[in-house]
Amino acid sequence: MIVSNTGKYTVVSLLVNGSSQDIMIRSADTLLCTLRNQLGLTGAKQACGNGDCGACTVLVDGKPMHSCLLLTMEALNSGITTIEGLRHSPVRQAFVDNWAIQCGYCTPGFIVNGHALVTEHPDAEDERIEEWLQSNLCRCTGYQEIKDAIKSALNANNLLDSNGIDTAEQ
Amino acid sequence: MIPFNFDYFKPETLEEALKIYSSEWKLGKKVIYLSGGTEVITFARGGKMTFDSVIDLKGIPECTMLEMQGDDLVIGAAVTLNRLVESNHFPLLSKTVRTIADHTSRNKITIGGNLMSKLGYREGILPFLITDAIAVVYGPAGTEAMPVDNLAAAELAEGQFLTQVKVAASNLDLPFVSMKRTRSSKVGYPIVSLAALRKEGRIRIAFSGIHEHPFRSAVVEGILNDETIEDQQRIDKAIAKLPTNVTDDFIASKDFRKFVLNKLLTEMNAVWEGSR
Repeated sequence: MIVSNTGKYTVVSLLVNGSSQDIMIRSADTLLCTLRNQLGLTGAKQACGNGDCGACTVLVDGKPMHSCLLLTMEALNSGITTIEGLRHSPVRQAFVDNWAIQCGYCTPGFIVNGHALVTEHPDAEDERIEEWLQSNLCRCTGYQEIKDAIKSALNANNLLDSNGIDTAEQ
Repeated sequence: MIPFNFDYFKPETLEEALKIYSSEWKLGKKVIYLSGGTEVITFARGGKMTFDSVIDLKGIPECTMLEMQGDDLVIGAAVTLNRLVESNHFPLLSKTVRTIADHTSRNKITIGGNLMSKLGYREGILPFLITDAIAVVYGPAGTEAMPVDNLAAAELAEGQFLTQVKVAASNLDLPFVSMKRTRSSKVGYPIVSLAALRKEGRIRIAFSGIHEHPFRSAVVEGILNDETIEDQQRIDKAIAKLPTNVTDDFIASKDFRKFVLNKLLTEMNAVWEGSR
């Protein structure tokens, strides 16, 4: 049984982008808070803090999650992938090629979610793409270019491993 | 950031969970069970909820199972909505929960969390209400089974928690409709959400968004099954018999909810007609 208590910080081990890191956390820390403040991984963005905007999306065992709605304690024993671990994702390159970026604040969340979609459903149709992308908001409203980028990446065959780990970095 | 501290426990058995609850509660602590946790984290961050101890149910096998056992589909309370959609054991449930929140959130939201939500919508319960599903709870008195309707109306006893929902296999593949209308975007709380199925020639139907709690009404169902009157008359009569206090808030006025319900029931009739 995993336990952490209020009286002090708890030292836990977190598997992020393929590497295990020992960190000190409060039970109340969200994964977003831990990634940004403890590990310096600032790609996942703090925005709504409510699970509405998707700017903080990371992969937990390959599944996209709002890291603002996940306690760090809940993510122990799972493989976490952030945008920093997707440097060689074809989705990232597709965003560059399709100019799918305006102010850029939402971009990491979209790329992480898009990477999971392309990995899990390489044959995704419009309906599925729209369902997945509804999880992320772009206040610059550049949705068409984002959708184009995801579609262009769908046929790429140089994906990372099934856990979304950046194998080129290992 | 959650502005207060708490203890976090992740037990591996039902007994262990209850034991932790009892010992923390005896120390005068406010203890909560956590399944998906999206609502707990949101409320805690916003100052709408505080607690001293959290017991995470995701390490308990009974709470994470999703399988056929004999004549029942057994759904663990900690099964995520996306897992329900992907497994598609119960197509009406899959379609209904697919409209709750957004895809990424559904990787975290669990069916147990949705059923026990403090928010009034709890659309995940609609398919269970119309299939006479059984809720399995665990607590100081051991394991108890109760009609899922009880979850819609009452709080569980001190220390009790939902572990599973069971649906009879004979109810899993009946013809159904599941409809939802929100104020603007596809992701949002319902103005009206309904789930209906046909069993032995009769419509069973449950609603969310209309009232403070999701509900199934014998009176409304009786009217909707009365084939001696015309479709539109039947709908008008059913709406007139809705429980009092139809929700009237910033999402939709009482009258607009009734208008939307009228449209959905008309669409539902068209779907049934088309399938005949």
